[in-house]
Amino acid sequence: MKNLKLIISREYLTRVKKKSFIITTLITPLAIGLFIFVLGFILNYSSGEDKTIAVVDHSGIFNKPADLARAGSTSFELTDASVEELKENFESTGYDAILYIPEIKNVYAQTHTIFYYSEKSPTLDLEMALTNRVKNKIRNFKIKELNLDKKELDALETSVDIDPEPIIDGEKDQSKHTNVVAAAIGGFMGFIMYLAVFIYGMMVMRSVMEEKTNRIVEVMISTVKPFELMLGKIIGVGGVGLTQLAIWAVLIPIIQIVASAFWGVDTNDLTSLDPTIDQEEIMSDFSMIMTEIANQNWWSIIPLFLFYFLGGYLLYASLFAAVGSAIGDDMTEGQALTIPITIPVAIAFYIMITAVQSPNSNLAIFSSIFPLFSPIVMPARLAFEPPIWQLLVSIVVLIGTCIFFTWVAGRIYRIGILMYGKKAGFKDLFRWFFKQY
Amino acid sequence: MSSIISVQNVSKHYGDYTAVNGINLELKKGCLFGLLGPNGAGKTSLIRMMTTITAIDEGKILFNGTPLNSDTPKHIGYMPEERGLYKKMKVGDQLLYLAQLKGMSKKEAEEKIMFWMERFEIKDWWEKEIHELSKGMQQKIQFISTVVHEPELLILDEPFSGLDPINTNLIKSEIFRLKENGTTIIFSTHRMEQVEEICEEIMLVNKGNKVLSGNIQDIRNKYKKNNFEIKTEAPVEQIGEIPGTVIEQQGNTLTIHMEDDNSSNDLVKYFLNQGHRIMSFKEILPSLNEIFIQTVESAAS
Repeated sequence: MKNLKLIISREYLTRVKKKSFIITTLITPLAIGLFIFVLGFILNYSSGEDKTIAVVDHSGIFNKPADLARAGSTSFELTDASVEELKENFESTGYDAILYIPEIKNVYAQTHTIFYYSEKSPTLDLEMALTNRVKNKIRNFKIKELNLDKKELDALETSVDIDPEPIIDGEKDQSKHTNVVAAAIGGFMGFIMYLAVFIYGMMVMRSVMEEKTNRIVEVMISTVKPFELMLGKIIGVGGVGLTQLAIWAVLIPIIQIVASAFWGVDTNDLTSLDPTIDQEEIMSDFSMIMTEIANQNWWSIIPLFLFYFLGGYLLYASLFAAVGSAIGDDMTEGQALTIPITIPVAIAFYIMITAVQSPNSNLAIFSSIFPLFSPIVMPARLAFEPPIWQLLVSIVVLIGTCIFFTWVAGRIYRIGILMYGKKAGFKDLFRWFFKQY
Repeated sequence: MSSIISVQNVSKHYGDYTAVNGINLELKKGCLFGLLGPNGAGKTSLIRMMTTITAIDEGKILFNGTPLNSDTPKHIGYMPEERGLYKKMKVGDQLLYLAQLKGMSKKEAEEKIMFWMERFEIKDWWEKEIHELSKGMQQKIQFISTVVHEPELLILDEPFSGLDPINTNLIKSEIFRLKENGTTIIFSTHRMEQVEEICEEIMLVNKGNKVLSGNIQDIRNKYKKNNFEIKTEAPVEQIGEIPGTVIEQQGNTLTIHMEDDNSSNDLVKYFLNQGHRIMSFKEILPSLNEIFIQTVESAAS
């Protein structure tokens, strides 16, 4: 036990102290922050230049200055001058464009053409802002002309929301956002699992190969049991994974908040571009999603996620360790041996994507119990609150499989690490497993 | 005197291949023992069983009278032929790690490591990473890592491979010093001439079998052919009735075979009486190489 502790702490500390670890751990959230920053910059750029547009309104739809509020960086000025005059003195007026709205002759016409005079045609976002504004105003104008009741008209527009309700009274009620939020959380966790299995599993494999090529392995196993060495390595690297995950869990939200504070999408911008979007509705949707996220049973989701993280990692890392012991110095030959490990991971990833959409399908249930898939698929289902029996079966099966796989890997490993120069195939791995060493 | 290690009828099979075939060996405490044999003779297989790296298929090995167990490695220092270190680790950390795995406390290990680093005059290497060191320097660190926990039994598999003459001598003198301090040393090699100058006891193995074993002088005496070499000042022109037969004459050196070595004085007397001035006279003992080839050939026929 004392040796196992020593091995774990060496495997952990040498990695955590490495410059490359510190850099990737810190750079990744920063890169995400930078990405958001750059994205915000790009999205804000097109409307970044201040523009003033002269509005020549012959239809009389704009009558208050409030109707001509700025749209992003574009401001409007109502003018009495004619289009001809403005065009002649375009240089001296200082306007960037002239918007001409002709008289509305026929209130029943369903199209109305307005004219935009400028050196350049309007940008897409400006065009959208203009048409939305004018469309709204024409609507109000027509309502007035036709003597319609605005209230009655608004009443015609009904948006339909589906609110899922439980059959048995008293069970937890869900809002329309529950499934979307659960799918997002599930997809996110499934994706993290997928990455973790690959990144840290590969790390274990490379480390085993390195010990073999460095020729330190025989020195080591003359002192400690091969199984201790393998287990210590797996646990140490797993600790590195948890550390990295914990740091990211803290850093990414902070950087994201800071980055969006700089550039992020501001709801005011959205409404000013498109007045039909109701700011209150956005806010209420937003707050509903936030409450939905807060309403998740995090006290069970987080521990379960950590369990599947460790279980999935242990399972695949032991397989990677066994393969690593057989490869030795020739990475290209080793590729063939890693394929049987990477295929179930990839399959699990695709099942995870469908499981997020239909979390109670037979495939999803089977895959969240089958131990090669469950570490990736079950976390994706956690936010959908799978039945307790499925969780229990899945957990027991995963624990059992982890122990079995570690044992199998240990048997292959102890032979594999002492094999030099010979190209090993699956037959060899199989033989080593049964061999008394 | 009790044996530090007792190998009793030990065999090791790899599939159909027998790497070690019923070997017996008793090793006295404090001896410097040579394990000899060509490549693939089963030396490493035998050592790996002694160091608990691999299991024993048949027979048993006792260490200080008790069968090998998980505590045994703490008392053994093993430098494998396939050896190396963690390249990205600092010298000091590396040695500390290996010493602690051998059961030393951190403080004790630090002291011992400093002692050895001072002895090898590499005190200021503590913070260096292994890959910054030359091959010879790495071997010094490797040697320290093998002996730092003061093992009762030191097993060195081809310890001089890849070493320059200066480092070879350095390690050799450390081996003798450790022996003086009571460490039992097993020295495994296929280079027979290295063993002749270092070891007292040897065992020759070939194809998994013990070919011969015992005190090195006894073995050489046993296999000697009673050949003598006599060197005179001037070449001997005429050889008359001598108590033996001339095998070879090269310049002023004669190689003479005698029926038994008791009459060597008669030979010298003969040449003195003839008026030759004798520069040197010695018995030609067979080299281990020759003995090995001779025994293997006779076993084959």
